[in-house]
Amino acid sequence: MTAPVNPKKLIKGAEHDWEVVIGMEIHAQVTSRSKLFSGASTEFGAEPNDHVSLVDAAMPGMLPVINEECVAQAVRTGLGLKAQINHRSVFDRKNYFYPDLPQGYQISQYKDPIVGEGEVVVDLLDGESITVGIERLHLEQDAGKSLHDQNPTQSFVDLNRSGVALMEIVSRPDLRSSEEARAYVTKLRTILRYLGTCDGDMEKGSLRADVNVSVRLPGQPLGTRCEIKNVNSIRFIGQAIESEARRQIAIIEDGGTIAQETRLYDPSKGETRSMRSKEEAHDYRYFPDPDLLPLEFDQAYVDALAEGLPELPDAKKARLIADFGLSPYDANVLVAERASADYYEAVAAKRDGKAAANWVINELFGRLNKEGLGIEATPVSADQLGQIIDLIGEGVISGKIAKDLFEIVWTEGGDPRAVVEARGMKQVTDTGAIEAAIDDIVAKNPDKVQQAKEKPTLLGWFVGQTMKATGGKANPAAVNALLKSKLGID
Amino acid sequence: MTELNELSLAEARDGLRAKTFSAREIAQAHIDALEKARVLNAYLLETPDRALKMAEASDAKIAKGEAGPLEGLPLGIKDLFCTEGVTTTAGSKILENFEPHYESAVSANLWRDGAVMLGKLNLDEFAMGSSNETSAYGGVISPWRRTGSDVKIVPGGSSGGSAAAVAAHLCLGATATDTGGSIRQPAAFTGTVGIKPTYGRVSRWGTVAFASSLDQAGPIARTVRDCAILLGSMAGPDARDTTCVDLPVPDFEAAVSRGVKGLTIGIPKEYRVEGMPAEIQKLWDDGAAWLKDAGATIREISLPHTKLALPAYYIVAPAEASSNLARYDGVRYGLRVPGRDIAAMYENTRAAGFGREVKRRIMIGTYVLSAGYYDAYYVRAQKIRTLIKRDFEEAYAAGVDAILTPATPSSAFGVGEKASADPVEMYLNDVFTVTVNMAGLPGIAVPAGLDGQGLPLGLQLIGRPFDEETLFATAEVIERAAGRTVLPKVWW
Repeated sequence: MTAPVNPKKLIKGAEHDWEVVIGMEIHAQVTSRSKLFSGASTEFGAEPNDHVSLVDAAMPGMLPVINEECVAQAVRTGLGLKAQINHRSVFDRKNYFYPDLPQGYQISQYKDPIVGEGEVVVDLLDGESITVGIERLHLEQDAGKSLHDQNPTQSFVDLNRSGVALMEIVSRPDLRSSEEARAYVTKLRTILRYLGTCDGDMEKGSLRADVNVSVRLPGQPLGTRCEIKNVNSIRFIGQAIESEARRQIAIIEDGGTIAQETRLYDPSKGETRSMRSKEEAHDYRYFPDPDLLPLEFDQAYVDALAEGLPELPDAKKARLIADFGLSPYDANVLVAERASADYYEAVAAKRDGKAAANWVINELFGRLNKEGLGIEATPVSADQLGQIIDLIGEGVISGKIAKDLFEIVWTEGGDPRAVVEARGMKQVTDTGAIEAAIDDIVAKNPDKVQQAKEKPTLLGWFVGQTMKATGGKANPAAVNALLKSKLGID
Repeated sequence: MTELNELSLAEARDGLRAKTFSAREIAQAHIDALEKARVLNAYLLETPDRALKMAEASDAKIAKGEAGPLEGLPLGIKDLFCTEGVTTTAGSKILENFEPHYESAVSANLWRDGAVMLGKLNLDEFAMGSSNETSAYGGVISPWRRTGSDVKIVPGGSSGGSAAAVAAHLCLGATATDTGGSIRQPAAFTGTVGIKPTYGRVSRWGTVAFASSLDQAGPIARTVRDCAILLGSMAGPDARDTTCVDLPVPDFEAAVSRGVKGLTIGIPKEYRVEGMPAEIQKLWDDGAAWLKDAGATIREISLPHTKLALPAYYIVAPAEASSNLARYDGVRYGLRVPGRDIAAMYENTRAAGFGREVKRRIMIGTYVLSAGYYDAYYVRAQKIRTLIKRDFEEAYAAGVDAILTPATPSSAFGVGEKASADPVEMYLNDVFTVTVNMAGLPGIAVPAGLDGQGLPLGLQLIGRPFDEETLFATAEVIERAAGRTVLPKVWW
């Protein structure tokens, strides 16, 4: 909040340039086999009400029992956010009536969350990086789902999600543009996926955002905020912020004031609309859940979890830059997914890091993107790609042939070295064969030979002809050297 | 010869083991008694077929020498305990036809040990009441009557069905629950023994919740020993209730005859409330004298925050209840009264399904938890709770082993006598018992005599956390000194 105002990030209104202030509450579904307080499965895609225990359905006399794995996941996440881990936290009841909330309350953490203040470093496209403050992380139950399209007069309820563990991660209002907001969610998602504490699958609802947006003139106190509920894609988060900020600016510039309210983003219309006003807000009557004891653990428990944490993206990025001489940009691209970084490291091991990065980012990622595949689905293994790079380094194939080889391995598979042998793709380094080809070209093109003596750039034409004559397999260095000597160019 | 249903639970157990009579015979004796006692309205549901089947299974086990600790002993189950395949109403219309697919931890423990189920016992709706008059299925009539009067007397509440059934020999013992006195007050009103164990001694899993931080199940029976036997089966660790402690269950029955020699019994001066009837005071003095005669040291103690307990209780309990009862919304089970939209369905269902007292407590609870009132009510009540707990801790730290108080400020009242009064007057019934729930301590009510009208009066003993054994030992001394209460003859 004390960061200087970046004029490039301001939004132009009719009269003024406005600063948008954004804070986010991310609801991340905890990766766990069973629910936060029951043994029912969390598996996605089951038939409605297949994964519902007596506790999830809030049958009389049923009691919640904390799932220890969900606690461990929350602590891991807190550690990944460099946050304070609270050795004592309390589960509270958030009371409200809704058909998909069987207990009539959601078990959440209100005053004493499991994780306190932390931070996330977010890299922006222009190379700038910002630090976003994390206010808290708490554990809570997800609600079920109301189905309104199954029957003309009645709504149905699916409780499969009811009781699934969520982590609500609350940021400080440290974000100043939709780009920053998108980058923050992207980075947070990356961290969660590295930690294995949330799969980050926004299509399945594993990650949803409530976005708090306000606008102000630079240097002025914070404006009144509106909360945009349940935005479920990073693209929509950006769009919702843009449209909401413009809506607020238009109101203020028209002499109006912003009413604090909860809004929804409608992607089809590209605008937010009011859901409920502050006056209509629920009184949730939070109080400590008497069915659950305070959640307590010691530092040794935290230390043991810390020991098991994987290397996180920031550390990995720094190491890739230091160990392999990568540019920050390339390093960022590679660490965005843990699997990508792992793949890269497998390729780069004992090889030239930059060459490996070029091949992984440009060829492999390019091809994967084109096919809409993730790194997990790559048909070219790190070992195969490494061999291709080795073959170039050993002078067995040229870079150009290597791309053909990559294509063959992508579509047909196989051991790259064997493919090169079998298909005669080996680079010709036998100077005798190259010389014969050159002699033939020189003999057929006396005029060009003459010209080349005066205009050495024509050498390129001779190289091209030689490569063509050798089926692209001639070693470019050998071709160059021989041509220069034959044509008498220095 | 004594009818089989008039034996104590311990006597019946010994008779079954000695094969003096069969489990089927004792079950049948109870079934016959039940049929004749329907005017008392103690049972909401009789399950004679199940009882006989269970009894036959028990006889087979006894024959094979595989009898459990409660083998063949017929019990009544308060209708707050969920019983698999057997309607469980909590005394409310909102659960009128609710049939659980699961068995409460308490009842499952009893069946594991061989007990036989006679049926489900009446109670105040959702255990909210002190007279059983809030039951949606009509109040329970006490088997007791004032001398020379046929005015109907309440059995107390909320475990009024349990207490009346035990007093009227309609079961050998019964399960009950106690949130603010719901075991001890009806036990005192009916000349029976009831113990509320330490919070966490008995699993709450499968028992319909009233106020989770106060609710605790326990037995009502005709003797201290019977209570000790029953609690031994009901109690025990349960991973499904995280507030249930992981402690082994002591041999409670062995503690019953331990005596009080060398024990220090505290008499809290704050319990000498204004307007307390002389009879109650005398009973209290008698109790202290009996314990002294048996070798205990009597010491006056102070529990300075006692008078704050009742108001604080009537904030904490309704607050938790308002949230616990939110699940009865007509969506998944129980009563549903349709409405034009979901809000109307909720309103119609809850308006029709809950009785006056339950609604009153939901409203109180909702109010005290609301924004702006939470700190003034709920937070302060929790602070008082801490102070009450500390009062007891200090008394125990100073060497007191158990605390003796009256169980109730009066004997049982007549049906309807307090129904139209200020609800607070009814709440005052719990004045001696709520402190125990607020502090999570064990408390036992034991009959100590009759008042001038011929109605039973009880004394209460409050123990250290998880020291129910001392309570059984001490209560047995009072029981012996007072002489076993002669229960009412059948008039029904």
